Amino acid sequence: MHATFDLDRPANLAAAFALLKSEGAAALAGGTNLIVDMRAGRERPQRVVSLDRLEALRGIRQTGGQVSIGGRTTVTDLLLSPVIAKTAPALVESARLFAGQMVRNTATVAGNIACGSPAADLVPPLFALDAKLTLVSARGRRTRPIDSFFTGYKTDIRRPTELISRISWKAPTSRSCALFYKLARRKGDAITVVGVAVALDVDRGLCTRARVALGAVAPTVIHAREAEAILEGRPLTPELIDSAAESASAAARPIDDIRASAAYRRHGVRVLVRRLVTQAWERLA
Amino acid sequence: MPKTKVLAKGKATAAARDRSIALRVNGRIVEVRTPPHRTLLEALRDAGFVEVKRGCEKGDCGACAVLVDGIAVDACLTMAWTAEGREIVTAAGLGSREAMHPLQRAFVERGAIQCGYCTPGLIVAAQSLLAKTPDPSEDDIRHGLSGNLCRCTGYAKVFEAIRDAASEMRGARRRR
Ligand SMILES: Cc1cc2nc3c(=O)[nH]c(=O)nc-3n(C[C@H](O)[C@H](O)[C@H](O)COP(=O)(O)OP(=O)(O)OC[C@H]3O[C@@H](n4cnc5c(N)ncnc54)[C@H](O)[C@@H]3O)c2cc1C
Ligand code: FES
Ligand code: FES
Repeated sequence: MHATFDLDRPANLAAAFALLKSEGAAALAGGTNLIVDMRAGRERPQRVVSLDRLEALRGIRQTGGQVSIGGRTTVTDLLLSPVIAKTAPALVESARLFAGQMVRNTATVAGNIACGSPAADLVPPLFALDAKLTLVSARGRRTRPIDSFFTGYKTDIRRPTELISRISWKAPTSRSCALFYKLARRKGDAITVVGVAVALDVDRGLCTRARVALGAVAPTVIHAREAEAILEGRPLTPELIDSAAESASAAARPIDDIRASAAYRRHGVRVLVRRLVTQAWERLA
Repeated sequence: MPKTKVLAKGKATAAARDRSIALRVNGRIVEVRTPPHRTLLEALRDAGFVEVKRGCEKGDCGACAVLVDGIAVDACLTMAWTAEGREIVTAAGLGSREAMHPLQRAFVERGAIQCGYCTPGLIVAAQSLLAKTPDPSEDDIRHGLSGNLCRCTGYAKVFEAIRDAASEMRGARRRR
């Protein structure tokens, strides 16, 4: 590689925090974003702090109704875990459509979040789960909802000395359904054109909770808040679903790029929100 | 937007320290002297493991795939120093000319190799797939090979080879 930097493999969090304090330090997890960016000259850290020995950032746990996964959980770990299959089916779908095998084997959940890309595929399903991020540093820990983590295109509230240690969510009840759809140029190893995650809770014929999260159509992954409000507290009808889909499409702020036009992305949002909300509602009916 | 402070080219202050690292490759220990910014792909090829192919160097083609602790990874997206203490196996390390691995034999017998550039990576990816999924469906094979590009074969014979090898490996497991 043309870039030059120092590399350390701290054996515990305290050592990692000390290294992350130094000028131009960057955390290295799976490396599937960072190494590509360093080779292309987009990132030039002076010190790379590999997280590969930090066992504190690993492990998938469920205690009662609470699920917690370590930041270093890989995409393949998600696919192999019965806890994830049961409590986060939309995340599994997203993991299944993620990159190719070798990248899935190393790419981590925290790396996907921290890279800050609006096209990061694991993020919309985590929005739909109301997931929380635990950020740790030498100064302590704080927990933030994932939807308040991002502040703009590839910017977020994380301090350079902080690590995402865990991602957690409440296990959904049997009266809920979560779905994810990745629209891309092909099924295998492609960057998302539109990603939509939908989660509904239904109780006595009413939609009691609705989440509609959109990927790759704004500077960050976003909630379609108005669409969620349209759906909540009502029995869903095709007309209501149509208007939620319309509202989600209006909430998107997509751009034209080599993969698709903004107009196509808006259309994609409308079609996919309508389709996923309808499917989720029918499954719960 | 870069997450780390952008420095002028060549101004990295941390002096790159060359170090001798001990890599365990195909069952033997190999000493490689390498600075911290070398990838596992670069280190392995420097050490003579040229069956690990350099393709895109950005995770798209899978030609550089090796097994690390039994799991296929792209060596171009792995730093050499972080592979220390792990068990690395290349496509050539899976079997020998005298005792070929079922995947190696099946690729030859099925004609799943044309120019051969993608072959080591495909075999490594297939081995990693079969370790988890001994009886893969068509879809499982597709999913397992989603990070490997082949410009020659059109994949049909690759799929046939993997199915052959999988059934041979299942048979061997039953006999054991
Ligand atoms: C060929 C290819 C295909 C891809 N396909 C997809 C795809 O289909 N969908 C998709 O969403 N992405 C895809 N990606 C992008 C990438 O694989 C993911 O974003 C991945 O999840 C990044 O995780 P990582 O562990 O490799 O992160 P790294 O590259 O190690 O790190 C990425 C960033 O996160 C920071 N970071 C890592 N871990 C932590 C932590 N615990 N706390 C704080 N900061 C941290 C790093 O400092 C760095 O800034 C692809 C990449 C490649 C090369
Ligand atoms: S050279 Fe590593 S994936 Fe192409
Ligand atoms: S045989 Fe030539 S690239 Fe696959």
